[in-house]
Amino acid sequence: MGDAVSMGRSSPRTGRNLRAVIAPLTSLGPLIALILACAYFATQTDRFLTGPNLSLVIQQSMVVGVLAIGQTLIILTAGIDLSCGAVMALSGIVMARLAVVSGVNSYLAILLGILVAVAFGLLNGALITKFDLPPFIVTLGTLNIAFAITHIYSQNQTVTNVPAVLTFFGNTFRVGLTSITYGTVLMFLLYVITGFILQQTAAGRHVYAVGNNPEAARLSGINTTQLLIAVYALAGLLYGVAAWLSVGRTGAGDPNAGQTDNLASITAVVLGGTSLFGGRGRIMGTLVGVLIVGVFRNGLQLIGVESVFQVLITGILVILAVVVDQFARRRQQ
Amino acid sequence: MHSRFESLCRYRIASAGRVTVLLALMLGLLPFLSAVSQPAAAQDEIIVGLITKTESNPFFVKMKEGAQAAADAAGAQLLTASGQFDADNASQVAAIENMVTAGAQGILITPGDTKAIVPAIEKAREAGVLVIALDTPTEPMDATDALFATDNFKAGLLIGQYAKSAMGDTEPIIATIDGSTGVSVSVLRHNGFLAGYAVVDAAATPEASLSTFAEDARVVCSQDADGDQAKSQTAMENCLQANGDINVVYTINEPAARGAYTALKAAGRENDVLIVSVDGGCAGVEALKAGEIAATSQQYPLKMAQMGVDAVVEFAKTGAAPSGYTDTGVTLITDKPQQGVESEDSVFGLENCWG
Repeated sequence: MGDAVSMGRSSPRTGRNLRAVIAPLTSLGPLIALILACAYFATQTDRFLTGPNLSLVIQQSMVVGVLAIGQTLIILTAGIDLSCGAVMALSGIVMARLAVVSGVNSYLAILLGILVAVAFGLLNGALITKFDLPPFIVTLGTLNIAFAITHIYSQNQTVTNVPAVLTFFGNTFRVGLTSITYGTVLMFLLYVITGFILQQTAAGRHVYAVGNNPEAARLSGINTTQLLIAVYALAGLLYGVAAWLSVGRTGAGDPNAGQTDNLASITAVVLGGTSLFGGRGRIMGTLVGVLIVGVFRNGLQLIGVESVFQVLITGILVILAVVVDQFARRRQQ
Repeated sequence: MHSRFESLCRYRIASAGRVTVLLALMLGLLPFLSAVSQPAAAQDEIIVGLITKTESNPFFVKMKEGAQAAADAAGAQLLTASGQFDADNASQVAAIENMVTAGAQGILITPGDTKAIVPAIEKAREAGVLVIALDTPTEPMDATDALFATDNFKAGLLIGQYAKSAMGDTEPIIATIDGSTGVSVSVLRHNGFLAGYAVVDAAATPEASLSTFAEDARVVCSQDADGDQAKSQTAMENCLQANGDINVVYTINEPAARGAYTALKAAGRENDVLIVSVDGGCAGVEALKAGEIAATSQQYPLKMAQMGVDAVVEFAKTGAAPSGYTDTGVTLITDKPQQGVESEDSVFGLENCWG
């Protein structure tokens, strides 16, 4: 159950083992922030704490939510991915254009769209590991490449009237008075699955190991190159799924989608308590981080505060989360 | 075991510190939020939503001002939101959903992505909310209840007619500094200008030319510069490299016009090239007064927003909804009037400008 790995350390330092024991506590801060925010908005307007509205908040968070899973995996390896939003936009426009303009079978179009995203993930991973390049620069490059290909391929045209299969995850089912979209269910599922992989499988623990100390991880027998490429490819797969959700949510293939989602996903990861230095953090923290942003966006709108204040508050929370992370790191050293 | 316990304690302290800091922050934020939030709406209050493309463009700032004034006058509450960049559809969709939940009876929107926004607008209308497009029509246009906007084709047409008259018998060699491809406003103004100059057939109707720039051999350079001053300067520099004989410059808006002027001045061509533009922002009219821009078509964002708010208030009170397209007007502004071309001077322009 932990974010610590003891492999490859020269002298056993007990703090890391203990972190594993207390790991659940680390997600408590963000969770309390989320609950407080909800409580505050509930006292301000009776429209906030209703089933339909909470469902709406989660719906509005689902695309960035799924992107942020991939971002978390990459940040855990001490990497970063600036290309996620652009890759998602490309993947989405490939799906929509293939299905609508080229008349390709919808399932095949979705598959090909997701494959494009996986290919970009592989490209990121390969460039970072094979040429030993910094992830920040590599993904800055692929961000621009994906953005340009999106606009060239789409001719800047939004694709509408997409077939039903592409918009499936925007459909809803009712529980009482509340409409829940299938996309949010998928998002929660992906978080649970990723959480399981990270905590219960060797591969998942290797992700933390590489983030903590790549050299030590390599010496202890982990194929770090392979692992990093796999992480970036898996992140690509998740961006492809996010693209499907995005098309479902808006009902259109939008070449301008996701332009600020790279920073939005990094924001969610940081708010969730994952360390940008790698090796420490929890996937469920990211989910909380995504929801914090969503709750502020929705709640402030409901009580009539301009949306620019949401940006302000997010900025303050991000700085705070990083300060707290640094604080925690020092305490441990 | 001892050191294990010690570390455990230390870690607990760290976690406790983290929680405390977060708690303190959240509590610190609450009064701040209360200070900026307006009093919660009563159930029977009229709530109007205004969603613009961005927060930063003075055009939308003026729009918000007009909406706020009209809402205050009618005793209505105004909710505002915007995208983070011009074509930020996701933020606009979320804003529509949140405003419907907030109980808005009507939403005014300048769509960032004219097609992708349509499903969200349909959902809001199904929920009984009046939706009016301001400034920019959706595609299809009837996705909203009504459209209050400048006739952008006419805005282009007026400066085209002016430029033709001002140039007289001189054969035009034209550069166009446009917005983005595929954006209807950009295409309509461009095509309107060329139709006004009678470079292209005026029968090229706005409907037929919504998404394709009209072309002609006399237009020697067309560049997309997103209506951005710095990009427009670069675009104009490149146009001059391609053809040094350019003598007429059409620009999508006044920041683009000023960028083009800077480039022309650097090339020593500022006095023998005619620059025309669209918008009528205060900075633009000042530039016109200073002689940088020959003529501009002024539009009225404040009026669009006021009319929009009034329509929502009327709808909330009586259930009467507006429909179709309402032209919010456009005026040709110039200090060098041409015979046979109706215009106002920069004094009028400054009295009615925005930004």
